[in-house]
Amino acid sequence: MKQPTPSFLKATLAIASKDLAAEFRSRELLSAMLVFSMLVILIFNFALELDVKVRQSVTAGVLWTTFAFAGTLGLNRSMAVEKDRGCMDGLLLAPVDRAAIFFGKAISNLTFMLVVEAIVIPLYALLYNETRIFQLEFLGVLLLGSIGYISVGTLLSTMTVQTRTRDVLLPILLFPVAVPVLLASVKASGGIITGAEFAEILTPLNLLIVYDVIFLAVSYMVFDAVVEE
Amino acid sequence: MIEVKKLVKRFGMKAILRGLDFSVQPGEFVALLGPNGAGKTTFLRILASLSRPSLGSVKVAGYSLPNESAKVRARLGVVSHMPLLYPDLTAEENLLFYSRMYGIVDQQERITEVLGMVGLEARRRDLVRTFSRGMQQRLAIGRAVLHDPEVVLFDEPYTGLDQDASEMLDEVLRSVAAKGRTVVMTSHDLARAEELATRFDVLSRGVITASGTREDFKNSNLLDFYKKALEM
Repeated sequence: MKQPTPSFLKATLAIASKDLAAEFRSRELLSAMLVFSMLVILIFNFALELDVKVRQSVTAGVLWTTFAFAGTLGLNRSMAVEKDRGCMDGLLLAPVDRAAIFFGKAISNLTFMLVVEAIVIPLYALLYNETRIFQLEFLGVLLLGSIGYISVGTLLSTMTVQTRTRDVLLPILLFPVAVPVLLASVKASGGIITGAEFAEILTPLNLLIVYDVIFLAVSYMVFDAVVEE
Repeated sequence: MIEVKKLVKRFGMKAILRGLDFSVQPGEFVALLGPNGAGKTTFLRILASLSRPSLGSVKVAGYSLPNESAKVRARLGVVSHMPLLYPDLTAEENLLFYSRMYGIVDQQERITEVLGMVGLEARRRDLVRTFSRGMQQRLAIGRAVLHDPEVVLFDEPYTGLDQDASEMLDEVLRSVAAKGRTVVMTSHDLARAEELATRFDVLSRGVITASGTREDFKNSNLLDFYKKALEM
């Protein structure tokens, strides 16, 4: 009997679009990430007495702290949905390269994080009267940082979702591994906000690109081993 | 269709399967029986390529595991006590998703056919979270046979079903087997297994301790056969 053969790209897109369709209907994950992000931004707003100079120096840090924590919430929830009803087995049973599962989940996780960023950035600009975060360069760094964070986060959340303490374990494992991406992102986006020379932000930018490539490549290579019993 | 030789599965120092031999001919319906903790689910997960054997050889539909697992998965359907369905998608969306994962060509046509087979045509646009446990299990069977697999594995498919839902599931299982598919089913429900299966294997302490057909029971029944096998 001739069996149909699904393509890697089609399987990847099927997983991503399934996640988006389910989230569009339930709005569980996005609403949790958004509420959390807004609360963090508000708390920082009340906690920090910001003059113009201080505001410039903390904006990148405040935003990346917010996105990193909100991203962790999303990563945990996204994988828990697969695990709790055995759907991860359903994905693993499909006759596709299992890296397609990683890329599908990573694309949907990245989309959720970008949606949250797209809502939080204007809110931050409003609360802190900071309009330089709308620069294209800043948004580019935001995208690169999110790709790196989500790629390693998707891999680690696949591992931690198998454990009983997944909610606690993911941030404990993820933050140390994601430090290079977060530091490079804060440095590059901070440089853009303060109007630094391009040469000054080139090093963190290069680091960010290199880490994105490394994290994506490593995740692609080890995902099959991570999901196998 | 399935050939397993000297299969060993260890989790750390604990051996779950201890040199298990097992084979199934094309079209056979084998009920895999055994007490809790005997290793039935572990064994089915290895056949489904969800778990890697520690030692031994496993062949399904002529392909070896774990080296040719994608080819095996293309020829395999699995139903467990978990539905493997997304509650926030409709029945149709769930099947559409899985049909894309299996590269099915005429997706809508096949989905309509499968929904008709499991009696859920009228609920195709309803969210799975609104389904009863029995309906979810029927849809899970539809998902498992969507790509017309040669081998179907059922792991405790009756778990959590009431009498009506179990009877409805019997019909669906019969129709799955009637298409000439090879079926392996684990179950604690001996009466149902006796009615559906053509062969009965008892898995105990990590090995198959007895294997027989209805003809082998003579004047006794599956319960006596099962009890004797556990005493071995």
